[in-house]
Amino acid sequence: MEERNKVLEVKNLKTWFHTFKGVVKAVDDVSFELYEKEILGIVGESGGGKSITGFSIINMIDEPGIIETGEILFEGRNIVRLSEGEMNKIRGKKISMIFQDPMTSLNPVYTIGKQLEEILILHESLSKKERRNRCIELLKAVGISNAEKRLKNYPHEFSGGMRQRVVIAIALASNPKIIIADEPTTALDVTIQAQILRLMKKLVRENNCALILITHDLAVIAEMADRVNVMYCGKIVESGYTRDIIFHHLHPYTQGLIGSIPGTDTEKKRLTTIEGVVPNMFDLPKGCKFAPRCAYRQPVCFEEEPEIRDFGDNHRAACFFPVREGAV
Amino acid sequence: MFKYLLKRTFQMVFVLFIVSVIVFTMTSVIGNPVYNMLPQKATDQQIQEVVVMLGLDKPLYVQYWIFLKNAIRGEFGRSYTHFVPALGLIVSKFPATIEIVIVAMGLTILLGISLGVLAGARPKSKISKLIMFGSLAGISLPSFFMGMVYIFVFAVSLRWLPVSGRGEIGTILGIRTSLATLDGWRHIILPSMTLALLNIATIIRLVRAGMMEVMRQDFIKFARSKGVAARKVLYGHALKNILIPVVTIFGLQLGELIAFTTITETIFAWPGMGKLLIDSITNLDRPIISAYLLFVAILFVVINFVVDILYTFIDPRIDLNS
Amino acid sequence: MNQPVKHGRMRIFLHSEFFDHYKKSPTAIISSFILVTVILLAIFGPKITVQNPYDLGSLNLSEAFKPPAWMDGGDSRFLLGTDQNGRDILSAIIYGSRVSLFIGLVGVLLTSLVGITLGLLAGYFGGKFDTIIMRIADIQLAFPSMLIALFLMGLTGPSIRNILIALTLIGWVRYTRIVRGEVLSVREKEYVDAAKVIGFSNGSIILKQILPNVMTSIIVISTLRVGSFIMTEATLSFLGVGVPISTPSLGMLCSDGFKVLYSGLWWVSIFPGLYIVIIVFAINLLGDFLRDELNPKLK
Repeated sequence: MEERNKVLEVKNLKTWFHTFKGVVKAVDDVSFELYEKEILGIVGESGGGKSITGFSIINMIDEPGIIETGEILFEGRNIVRLSEGEMNKIRGKKISMIFQDPMTSLNPVYTIGKQLEEILILHESLSKKERRNRCIELLKAVGISNAEKRLKNYPHEFSGGMRQRVVIAIALASNPKIIIADEPTTALDVTIQAQILRLMKKLVRENNCALILITHDLAVIAEMADRVNVMYCGKIVESGYTRDIIFHHLHPYTQGLIGSIPGTDTEKKRLTTIEGVVPNMFDLPKGCKFAPRCAYRQPVCFEEEPEIRDFGDNHRAACFFPVREGAV
Repeated sequence: MFKYLLKRTFQMVFVLFIVSVIVFTMTSVIGNPVYNMLPQKATDQQIQEVVVMLGLDKPLYVQYWIFLKNAIRGEFGRSYTHFVPALGLIVSKFPATIEIVIVAMGLTILLGISLGVLAGARPKSKISKLIMFGSLAGISLPSFFMGMVYIFVFAVSLRWLPVSGRGEIGTILGIRTSLATLDGWRHIILPSMTLALLNIATIIRLVRAGMMEVMRQDFIKFARSKGVAARKVLYGHALKNILIPVVTIFGLQLGELIAFTTITETIFAWPGMGKLLIDSITNLDRPIISAYLLFVAILFVVINFVVDILYTFIDPRIDLNS
Repeated sequence: MNQPVKHGRMRIFLHSEFFDHYKKSPTAIISSFILVTVILLAIFGPKITVQNPYDLGSLNLSEAFKPPAWMDGGDSRFLLGTDQNGRDILSAIIYGSRVSLFIGLVGVLLTSLVGITLGLLAGYFGGKFDTIIMRIADIQLAFPSMLIALFLMGLTGPSIRNILIALTLIGWVRYTRIVRGEVLSVREKEYVDAAKVIGFSNGSIILKQILPNVMTSIIVISTLRVGSFIMTEATLSFLGVGVPISTPSLGMLCSDGFKVLYSGLWWVSIFPGLYIVIIVFAINLLGDFLRDELNPKLK
């Protein structure tokens, strides 16, 4: 596993928002890497900085946000300070995105054929006929029947699940190296969710593409991801292989997240919740950000911020008092 | 589609019927044209003659019936002051009015949309704030004041442009219009700028608000994530979405423009139907007032209809049959 | 007894977010300063002007066409110059602003009263009454308000009363629609049922629930509307179908001065026009601020 090539390496990324009320450190010193063909989950409660991490990678941070420092290494170069023009050659072509709500991520006034074709015109040099064939091929690949006719339809003529399939088709159109999916199934019916996830997994594997799956839902992660980053208040608090995170987690926050999934095979019969709420991002506590909500907190947790430590086999966590027995 | 057209036609006829009743009632009940037509020392005999001549001695509903019958045939009687058929007079003035309206509309589309898009795309930038300040000033300027300032600056002080009136008329594509001559254009610039100002300011604000709304949408972000350049996102993806509210407003604005020609034409002594209306109001020239109002009512109803049809071309989600 | 309560409310207001934003908004401060000045000038104007421009006896034809004081041939008594009758432009403007402001403010008061009442009734009774009112509103909205106003004024003749009637007739729709919409939505809400159970009558529920809910909208619309009414009145008067000649408003002053504009005597018409612009601009700035603060969704 270790020999696999890194496609993306994020080092010490800080994306901050300078608002009137103060600075929000939405992403604060985040580092991780992504390997070829791997599915990496990023999980955490809303407001934890997951989406901002995703948008930072393709440099789509809007004012008042700004990438303060950090490196994002992609294909051997740092893409953080690339110009818009150069970035546009990467967006959609090498790294594409899938958004949360398929109802709103397609432009209502253009046919889906046009929206599919647009990305091909931008990034591929194909003839008109070849483009059309590719569009049909893509729609078929995401499981849309009667593709030729459907090209002429507008987004409002599709159901939510179908639209998300179209979005996936667009994201796959120029065989990107990485797809970043931001809560791709949250807005869909539960029955559709599983279909779409299975489809994404299949297509990612077939196309030799890496996937960053951003979600608040650990059940989705358990199903999909090879590795997981757990984020809390702009920081990665734990990362590791999915089975390690699910069964041998170290951080009390991860434990809380897992405890709140209904129906997983943990011994507990009752659902647990994490006490308290995500702290005010304008006024983060000193020390460990999770300490005020943590069941295992000690005085030191309020004083010092724990560094992220390696616990072997790519399993890392930032906690003074990891919950797994034996880990120190 | 046919069902829709039928429904719309019925609605239009209904609106026009209501308007005709209002126009008739107002013109009949209020003001007495008889005294305007006679010298102050007219005898009762003379007054009575005029009353009979104008048909004012009959009961109101009879008068309305006659009015309606004639109106449908396009007859509103002869102007009390110009002594020619009222509708014919209005129609003859229509080209002059539509000229300034078209030029003003062109200015509005050109400046209103581009400045609005500019301001909406980057609402926090200095340029955007300047544009917004300008447009707020624009809606605070009465158009007669703007006309006065233009006349004083460009016509009286600098003597670049003529003070008033319509210029030389030429023929272009078989249409006789002052837009066909240079002199005509020199005359039309100031009136249409005056007329367009309020519209430009309104459209800027609308386009900007629409733009800001659209730019927040996910599909804009999704388009950007596809690698579409910022300019193309703006003009390709965002603009087509805000065209829907803009077209509505244009329909309404076209009506406003026609209404405001009354002011512009008065200031610039432009021989159009707006000035005719003001003159007729001052002289209580009923046939012209009624004919004018029904004429523009039909115009507005048709404009609204065209706007509705335009929708279906811009917004695929609209289905006229539902 | 009331003093502590009032004091408390004042303190709450002074510490509110609204007031905080107000303090930080230069446009809001400047525009409200301008408006207070304009209103004070209108109230105390007759005490400070050099002449009563309506009193023909105080006019002196030998003082006609004096340019503004800072120009060659200007007279320090007549800061903004004089018109063809030797009338001081500044005095005329201040007197004229009384008429314009009166029409703007009273017009909005009447319009909002009529509009709100119709909206409450339409929403409360529903049925045919509602249909008729809203149908009239629809038809009216299909026509530019300036045209309706012109038509009404042309037929009824120039007078302040007629202007107020015309303004009310063109302005009520906006209020009616908002209030009616609110009545309909409040009728749906559960707390109204709860209030009914407790024994409140429909009428008092509607007044207690609805008016506070629509108050911000009404404040914003009314503010902007004062400006637009002042402009409408000025335009009508400019066209000769607004105020009667005996009570010149700012618009009529422009109309009078327009006749001599071609001769280069610009100050007679430009200054009154500029004063309208200043007043309306200040109102619009303040209205925009209020909208952003109180009800950003309002268009």
